[in-house]
Amino acid sequence: MKMPSLRRDLLHIAAFTAAVALVGVFARSGVVLNFTMMALYACLMAQAWNLLGGYGGQFSFGHALFFGTGAYVQAIAQLGAGLNPWLALPLAVLAAAAAGLGVGALSFRWGLKGSYFALVTLAFAEVARILALSVDFTGGGVGLMVPLRTGAAHLQFAGRGGYVLLMLGLVVLALLATCWLRHSRFGARLQAVRDNEDAARAVGVDPLRVKLGAIGLSAGFMGAAGAFYVQVFQYIDPAIAYGPHTSVEALVAAIVGGLGTLWGPVLGALALHLLADLTRNLFGQLPGINMVIYGAVLILIVMFAPRGVMGLGQSARALWERRRG
Amino acid sequence: MFAFEVLFPSILNGLTTGAVYALVALGLTLIYGVLHIINFAHGAALMMALYGVYFLKQRLGLDPYLALPPMVAAMFVLGYGLQRVVINRASHGKDENILLVTLGLAIVLENLALLAFKSDTRTIETPYTLATVAIGPATLALPKLVAFGGALAACAVLLWTVRRTDLGRAIRAVAREKQGARLVGIDVDHVYAMSFGIGLACLGAAACFLLPAYYVNPQVGNGFVLVAFTIVVLGGMGSFAGALLGGLLVGVVESLGGLWLGESLGQIGIFLIFIAVLLLRPQGLFGARA
Repeated sequence: MKMPSLRRDLLHIAAFTAAVALVGVFARSGVVLNFTMMALYACLMAQAWNLLGGYGGQFSFGHALFFGTGAYVQAIAQLGAGLNPWLALPLAVLAAAAAGLGVGALSFRWGLKGSYFALVTLAFAEVARILALSVDFTGGGVGLMVPLRTGAAHLQFAGRGGYVLLMLGLVVLALLATCWLRHSRFGARLQAVRDNEDAARAVGVDPLRVKLGAIGLSAGFMGAAGAFYVQVFQYIDPAIAYGPHTSVEALVAAIVGGLGTLWGPVLGALALHLLADLTRNLFGQLPGINMVIYGAVLILIVMFAPRGVMGLGQSARALWERRRG
Repeated sequence: MFAFEVLFPSILNGLTTGAVYALVALGLTLIYGVLHIINFAHGAALMMALYGVYFLKQRLGLDPYLALPPMVAAMFVLGYGLQRVVINRASHGKDENILLVTLGLAIVLENLALLAFKSDTRTIETPYTLATVAIGPATLALPKLVAFGGALAACAVLLWTVRRTDLGRAIRAVAREKQGARLVGIDVDHVYAMSFGIGLACLGAAACFLLPAYYVNPQVGNGFVLVAFTIVVLGGMGSFAGALLGGLLVGVVESLGGLWLGESLGQIGIFLIFIAVLLLRPQGLFGARA
């Protein structure tokens, strides 16, 4: 396999940024802007999941925990402390990263892997959901409403264009973080731990530290997605924040696109989003139809293209060569 | 804290709820013990079984307890087919893949149910739905008492099957040493599918015992998934007696949690136990150290 070149990766990211920024600045159609915004939002979550699941090999089923923590901190910092949303955003990211480190410290320290890690993260998210339902400062089951104060200074925009640019900024940061994992010593250690933990330990890598770094990074970006959700929809409740569907969306998009790749999660999120939009136009606003697609695509990808959309090209070529040779 | 008159009914109630949990978890622990896979679709399969019992009652007027044989048979066939047609083919020999495929199945089944039946919560009425039995200061719902007996019986049947029948011997052989079992002529794929079928058949039975006093909606399985996993982990993966004990314990914890912390916060005890056991004693409270 060819080593990914840093220069090529950065060039691709720059091209992507320019193309999407053009849409954000010049597109006038609400449908186009809304689609771009929501697709970018899905990209961010998929890329966040990929940082830990793809490059670290740790399959979390509870990323909603980090999403919800980011969302609640964003909302509570504005409501309770009267903080400007721009200042709340880094707080939300830090809080989510801290939650990630907490979960990681507990589960990686005891060597939980594979299915057990998946289950324990799911359980952590459930605990958070039940707590959010029961305590006062989250507004309980009623949820929290963030006041509408349109204006760039308040991180709320009249049109979708502003949100597209904000989201694009976050996605580019996530892409750069992925790029860093591909080309840094830390990333090399992380991938070594993913591929063979014992061998990595034997050459002096500390698996716990590496995995903690990855889950902190991953959770931080997931928290940013949560904060973004609050800014766009001005509302959060325990089911939205900590419900399992957010975890599922993030992991399915990443897996469908291709784990441990730079563009796989972007492709996966985009493809699933297009598919869900198309069926919604075909079948109307049926509840659950987009999730049926998510589930079915996940099964088909795991069955027939275990390396995702990014791996499909390679598989096709290999098959072609085997047929001929 | 609380007087005997309050604690005793609460514990008894927890035991009967726990018996149904155990019934749900028995199938899961069999699937884990043999296939070494975590079946995320277990809750969704239970949801389907509950709809099955519901429609048998509403459309054909079949009493839930009389629906036991057809439901067990139908769920067995479903499980056998799912394992052979979908899960086995998708696994490529990797645990993560099975985890993802069963997760995908759960999402598809749950949302298909949402499309077909809306999110309405449905219940059925039987002559004994509200019947009660007095035990000391406690008043117990009759359907829960029947479910308690059903869980014990199902546990006994499973133990007998695994210990005494040819199929059971094959299941144990495959669970212990897959390649060796294949070498002595055991059809491993068939044993896998049988185990998955039996695992889901337990859910068919569980649904028949649950519905007279419970409800069904497309999300109903979610509430059971983590509870069932908690029990399986608590009882030691693959142990039937452990699943039964674990189920009863979880039922009591939930009941007492609800008593002290209130309805919504009470459930948190289950998840905290789950996390604590996974972190501190992943081989289970009743399992041997691996």
